Amino acid sequence: MSETRERKDFSNGPLCLSGRGVTKVFGIGDRKTVAVDHVDFDFHEGEFVSIVGESGSGKTTLSKLLLGLMNPTEGEILFEGKPRDISSGSKKREYWKGIQAIFQDPFSSYNVFHKIDSVLLDCINMRGGRNLSKEKKIELMTEACSFVNLKFAELTNKYPFELSGGQMQRLMIARIFLLKPRILLADEPTSMVDACSRATILDMLLDLRDETGMTIIFITHDIGLAYYISDTVYIMEHGRFVESGKADEVILNPQAAYTKRLISDVPKIHEEWDLSTVDLLSKEE
Amino acid sequence: MKNTLRQVFHSSKFLVGFIIFLLILLTMWVYPFLNPGNPLEMIGVGTFARPGTYFSLYDAVNTPAETLRLSDADDKRVAASMSMEDRVAMVEWFTLAEVDIEGLDINDTDALLDLWFANYDSSLKLKGMTNAKKNYYKRLDRSIREIRAADTFTLMHPDEDSGELVKRSDISKTDYINVGQVTNVKRLPLGTDNFGRDVLKELVSATGTSIVIGLIAGIVATFIGLSLGLLAGYVGGFLDDIIMFITNIFTVIPSFVLLILISYSIGQDQRGASVVAIVIGFTSWTWTARSVRSQVISLRNRDHVNLSKLSGHSLVRIILTDILPYIASYVVMAFILQVSSGILSEAQLSLLGLGPKTTEVPTLGLMMNWAMLYSAHTNGSWWAYFPVILTITFISFSLNLMNTGLDQVFNPTLRD
Ligand SMILES: Nc1ncnc2c1ncn2[C@@H]1O[C@H](COP(=O)(O)OP(=O)(O)OP(=O)(O)O)[C@@H](O)[C@H]1O
Ligand SMILES: [Mg+2]
Repeated sequence: MSETRERKDFSNGPLCLSGRGVTKVFGIGDRKTVAVDHVDFDFHEGEFVSIVGESGSGKTTLSKLLLGLMNPTEGEILFEGKPRDISSGSKKREYWKGIQAIFQDPFSSYNVFHKIDSVLLDCINMRGGRNLSKEKKIELMTEACSFVNLKFAELTNKYPFELSGGQMQRLMIARIFLLKPRILLADEPTSMVDACSRATILDMLLDLRDETGMTIIFITHDIGLAYYISDTVYIMEHGRFVESGKADEVILNPQAAYTKRLISDVPKIHEEWDLSTVDLLSKEE
Repeated sequence: MKNTLRQVFHSSKFLVGFIIFLLILLTMWVYPFLNPGNPLEMIGVGTFARPGTYFSLYDAVNTPAETLRLSDADDKRVAASMSMEDRVAMVEWFTLAEVDIEGLDINDTDALLDLWFANYDSSLKLKGMTNAKKNYYKRLDRSIREIRAADTFTLMHPDEDSGELVKRSDISKTDYINVGQVTNVKRLPLGTDNFGRDVLKELVSATGTSIVIGLIAGIVATFIGLSLGLLAGYVGGFLDDIIMFITNIFTVIPSFVLLILISYSIGQDQRGASVVAIVIGFTSWTWTARSVRSQVISLRNRDHVNLSKLSGHSLVRIILTDILPYIASYVVMAFILQVSSGILSEAQLSLLGLGPKTTEVPTLGLMMNWAMLYSAHTNGSWWAYFPVILTITFISFSLNLMNTGLDQVFNPTLRD
């Protein structure tokens, strides 16, 4: 991993997605959960944004709101600076044309009745490649797979359940290389991928961003990873953004206690393991 | 797909149910070839002929006889001619006449007759014996003696010209004919019903009609329930509210009451078997709609559906490719149960006289209805209703067995 990745400043660029007081409440009465609690944000075109937070902090819910798969209970989401209108089916479809997602759970992301080929072919068709020759299609699919360290020849004619979790995740990322969407919402897209492949895949994703100007909203609980790849970081705790800003500023100079804790919890390989508590416990028995 | 089918046929429950059902279907297909003709043809004039083999007496007389001397033939003949009533009456007479009947077995014809011939005296005056009773004993005595006497029947037929009776032949007690040589023999394994119709033939035809009724009812119910359930579950919102409102109305009114009302209002003339089937299907879809809806609701927020939405697929395409395959096994199971309950509904409806019109085709329900109307159950004509009940039982047993088998395959928590 290179620590010297150049970070651009997007804060004055054109807006992509913004939110004002966005809130999502699940359930009513005693069983009420405020998953997203009055958050404000501005994501710019071409920006690599990371949303970092603990499990249950509302990251996935926020991504569903951004995707338009859920409606916010309160607040407003703006698309390219204007209020987003996805009230009808056709307006939704129009909105979804330039947006793609990698969902958190790869196991439920696939239609188990369709072969892997059809997942990728679908992407080619969506990009208007329906009439390409068979060889060309296979070439495109093989290339997309190679970006994520997969061999298409080994996967063709298989069903999703015949793949490992990591393979499923990588195939979901391969879709992005075929689709090249304008906005990508990636919800822990590499959580099951080994660290070595992860770095290569994320580098490829960054290259794709540089090439196409794609906006990437990257959700993770790993603050180290967020620091490595993102331009901007939003730290989420219990549905709120407690801190946000340029990745360097937030992580090298954290203000919120929550951020500091997240940073201190990153395991450091070269530090000695503190085993004193374990010894104490075993002596007590 | 292939894998699932193999798994399904690995389930012993499904297999047993499937084989039973297949055998029923096979019988329905093969039997009409063996015994062709209209199943509602009234071949008998009397009602409720017992099951058995019937051969023409007329032809039997004209069949050359063989003489067989069977030592026990006489005894059998007498024994068969003495009903249990007669035997009890004889014992009664002995008691009145104070004959010693120690150790007498009422079924031992020989002993009974020995005692009778040794003691019976028509002139004997017994206390408490009415005249009618006395005459009865005289008649009984005469008929027993007649059967025992070595008699022959004389066969006469009227002369074509004069009309006088001319003797043709004698039929002796030792004359036997080979049943195989009698020209006209009719096997009625299940006898005839109240209209003199061959019950087995009727039953086979009725089974076919009833299964078709069940299938039509099942298809109608599954189609309505599935469409409404898919729409309500996937689209949700206002449409869901409307559909669930209609479903609730149909659920609150017991479907059988609705069925009775609709059947009644259609009128006997319009009620063909298929109309009844459609009516049954139309009143029994609510359950399918509800369960499909709840399955769809749990599926519609799955990420593969979200991914399909983001890919711009249409509502119809998402429902058909991303939702339907996931609930297909469930729908098949619901369909099987609908078929089974459709057959039962037809039987219930017909039992109330609200089934299909009676002139065209028999159904299992109609056969039950006829048997009940002509009190087959009280006059001991079991063959008119028992086989019908057994058939209904076997059909729903096999269908339910298939359903349980499928449930075990598709519902891993039930697998053992
Ligand atoms: N469909 C739902 N109905 C009710 N509550 C929900 C629903 N989805 C999420 N929640 C609740 O909202 C809160 C936030 O959940 P969310 O899935 O957004 O967390 P997350 O940050 O993605 O966590 P993780 O890192 O574990 O994926 C949780 O407390 C969860 O219980
Ligand atoms: Mg999540």
